[in-house]
Amino acid sequence: MPAEVLDARDIARALTRISHEILERNKGAGDLVLLGIPRRGVPLAHRIADRISAVEEYDVPVGSLDITMYRDDLRMKPARTLLPTEIPAGGIDGKVVVLVDDVLFSGRTIRAALDALSDVGRPRAVQLAVLVDRGHRELPIRADFVGKNLPTSLAERVSVRLAELEDDGSVDSVAIGVPAPATKGESA
Amino acid sequence: MTSTTYLLKNARILGGEPTDILIEGGVVAGIEPPGGLEARFARTSTSGGEGAEVIEADGLIALPGLVDLHTHLREPGREDAETVETGTRAAALGGFTAVHAMANTDPVADTAGVVEQVWRLGREAGYCDVYPIGAVTVGLKGERLAELGAMADSAARVRVFSDDGHCVSDPLLMRRALEYVKAFDGVVAQHAQDPRLTEGAQMNESELSGRLGLAGWPAVAEEAIIARDCLLTAHVGSRLHVCHVSTAGSVEIVRDAKRKGWNVTAEACPHHLLLTDELAATYDPIYKVNPPLRSAADVEALRAGLADGTIDIVATDHAPHPHEDKDCEWAAAAFGMLGLETALSIVQHTMVDTGLLDWAGVAERMSYAPARIGRVADHGQPIEVGAPANIVLHDPAATRTIDAAESASLSRNTPYAGMELPGRIEATFLRGRPTVLDGKLWGGTA
Amino acid sequence: MKRHLLSAADLTRDDAELVLTTAAELRSLADRPIKKLPALRGRTVVNLFFEDSTRTRISFEAAAKRLSADVINFAAKGSSLSKGESLKDTALTLEAMGADAVVIRHSASGAPHRLAHSGWVRSSVVNAGDGTHEHPTQALLDAFTLWRHLGDSKPGGLEGRRVAIVGDVLHSRVARSNALLLQTLGAEVTLVGPPTLLPVGVENWGAETSYDLDAVLPKVDAVMMLRVQRERMQGGFFPTPREYSRRYGLDGRRMATLQDHTIVMHPGPMVRGMEITADVADSSRSVIVEQVTNGVAVRMAVLYLLLGGSESESNE
Ligand SMILES: [Zn+2]
Repeated sequence: MPAEVLDARDIARALTRISHEILERNKGAGDLVLLGIPRRGVPLAHRIADRISAVEEYDVPVGSLDITMYRDDLRMKPARTLLPTEIPAGGIDGKVVVLVDDVLFSGRTIRAALDALSDVGRPRAVQLAVLVDRGHRELPIRADFVGKNLPTSLAERVSVRLAELEDDGSVDSVAIGVPAPATKGESA
Repeated sequence: MTSTTYLLKNARILGGEPTDILIEGGVVAGIEPPGGLEARFARTSTSGGEGAEVIEADGLIALPGLVDLHTHLREPGREDAETVETGTRAAALGGFTAVHAMANTDPVADTAGVVEQVWRLGREAGYCDVYPIGAVTVGLKGERLAELGAMADSAARVRVFSDDGHCVSDPLLMRRALEYVKAFDGVVAQHAQDPRLTEGAQMNESELSGRLGLAGWPAVAEEAIIARDCLLTAHVGSRLHVCHVSTAGSVEIVRDAKRKGWNVTAEACPHHLLLTDELAATYDPIYKVNPPLRSAADVEALRAGLADGTIDIVATDHAPHPHEDKDCEWAAAAFGMLGLETALSIVQHTMVDTGLLDWAGVAERMSYAPARIGRVADHGQPIEVGAPANIVLHDPAATRTIDAAESASLSRNTPYAGMELPGRIEATFLRGRPTVLDGKLWGGTA
Repeated sequence: MKRHLLSAADLTRDDAELVLTTAAELRSLADRPIKKLPALRGRTVVNLFFEDSTRTRISFEAAAKRLSADVINFAAKGSSLSKGESLKDTALTLEAMGADAVVIRHSASGAPHRLAHSGWVRSSVVNAGDGTHEHPTQALLDAFTLWRHLGDSKPGGLEGRRVAIVGDVLHSRVARSNALLLQTLGAEVTLVGPPTLLPVGVENWGAETSYDLDAVLPKVDAVMMLRVQRERMQGGFFPTPREYSRRYGLDGRRMATLQDHTIVMHPGPMVRGMEITADVADSSRSVIVEQVTNGVAVRMAVLYLLLGGSESESNE
């Protein structure tokens, strides 16, 4: 049975803090673009954008960046369904792009996202915001903004639920547990 | 080589009661109830000079040597596909003591010289008598009659004439051929296929051909020619044989012609008694044959026609092709499939085991009738004292899984590979001499 | 998805909709400065064309290259009739080259099927048109075009939509594949043509059939006009080209009887003035140019879904 480590309030607080850190680091919201990595990075990016807008009275462009075709394990698994890539109208050239994802683990997803991003345009800078950093990096990648550092063992599985993506009316949570042998972890 | 005497013990002639059969001097020398012939041989060992070779034939059916009216031996011209020698080996293993070699060789068997060559090659091989079929028209071109009389008068004594592979589609030419062969009691064996209706045809025209995008070979292209030829035969008072009848409609037309008393005979091929056009969906040209595999309803009608005598005989249309002619896309592949070594098994499976035909019926359809149609005096005779000892011993209880690689034919294009079929030829005797014993080739050159 | 795409019948409704949604994502990527995706990096796609078709080959080539695959174009000589290059020998050569996918165009119906099932190659086989049999990627791009215009680009969007396929159904691989695929996607198909150009047994294809184009046109949401090939004109399938055009051609007068939203399609290349007049082909209803554009996205989707993860499925 997975144990909840963050509840809805914890998540809300973490996102608020990340939003402020982004603003502080970038001295305002002037040329920010938030790109969520589907699936769960996308609603998180929107939530952060809402928080920034509330503070700055300015709509931060938000989009999504699918990294499926850039994955380095494509050949090892059945073809994956593509998820939407939506680049805001102003593009990303010269902008500060903040990539948003739910869990940072091996770093391979972010590596793929950086490749995908370079095919879309040339940002002035790229930063990374994650809700949870569970460690075990396999690439020299680190997050700029972290909601919660969560030490885990490799066998454990971190599952993030976000209300926007759940049909069953469940609320936000981050839980940790050891999956039954048959289930596939998604926290990479 | 002095001819050996053989005693076949407990063989069931045409599936009847167990009987002992004595073969001596190339003829059937005695037929008695079990043990009845023992008195004539004190010793039944193989060593004794006056003893007989004993063959235990318990459970085996004795049939008259089978006669095929439709075999492609490919020699001369396509010795990469088959030779007279390899083809007659396959024939012997299939229980045949006589085969009729189709004329579509290279050169075409349209002269006395070529038919005599084939005839001689058959005698040299010695596994089975070979009766050449003469072409109806020069070069199978359908333009003018070949020298039918010269072939009839040759050493090969040709009585069956066919352009098989091609249809004698010109009605006037067909009429002339039918008339002309009356002079020497010949028969025209027609490959019934209207050429215009079958341009580019690849498979039975059906819903499936439409789906597969393979040009259709409609039943009417066969039936229209058969109907016309029946009328022509009646008109000129000649003899027509219809090759490889494949459709229910054709069976109906032949039935009607016979009812009218016309001199029409017809053959069905083993593959048309068993396989259907559904197999074309594999796009595997091993199932490509001419006429094509038809529907299940056609298969039923052929079986019924064969059972009631509308269709007189089973003929193999044994058509060997080298591997590369089948190992390609459907449209590029050659038409035809092997048939000699599996014919009796298919007939047992489709006709005997289904109760449509008894073994006497099999003897009629696969030995007596084809010999009659081909005017072959030495074959197709009942197993009786004094008759030439052309005999097959068939084990109806055996089953075998067909392995293309085991075929005696030079080619491997059997559509039955991997199928389990009933029945096995144990022995074949040609004029008292075994060509097959224990299911294996025996002897050779006479 | 199965390992090969030989017939539109190989696709379940889920498969087909996955191709369409994937193509929709890929189509939007076409607007980016860098059109290339790395998904098939290191994979080899062979375009094996036994029959000339520059349009289809270029479409597949662009699709494979945009997915970063290595592309080898192999224009083999010889049709099934001339017995030029044998299909088998060519296949063995490709196998030796290590092709991951073979896109094959051949004049013989079933040639892709033979290639896929004879043990000659291990690659995925994509049928790019075989004889008078099928052309499944053309049907997919047609379905994709229909789906964008009539189906709101949503799964189930073609349910109940009515499509007329008009012309030489007998010899058309496009018609066969479309009849199968559009019905799989829930559309209602009517095959229209002179009786001589409708195959035997067409009544069992699940589609409606009609000999009367004028009666069909007002009822449909899309009209797909098929090319009439020159050799049919000599084949005696209809008395004269003029009579064919009069009875089965789409001209301005007939176009006026269509509903406002109805679109006009043609797989190309068109015989203007024969099955379709220039004013219809160039009208605002015509989506013929868009069909070509969509072809690349759909073929990218097919290659991606067939090859994306085909190497091993147990390496989780
Ligand atoms: Zn024939």
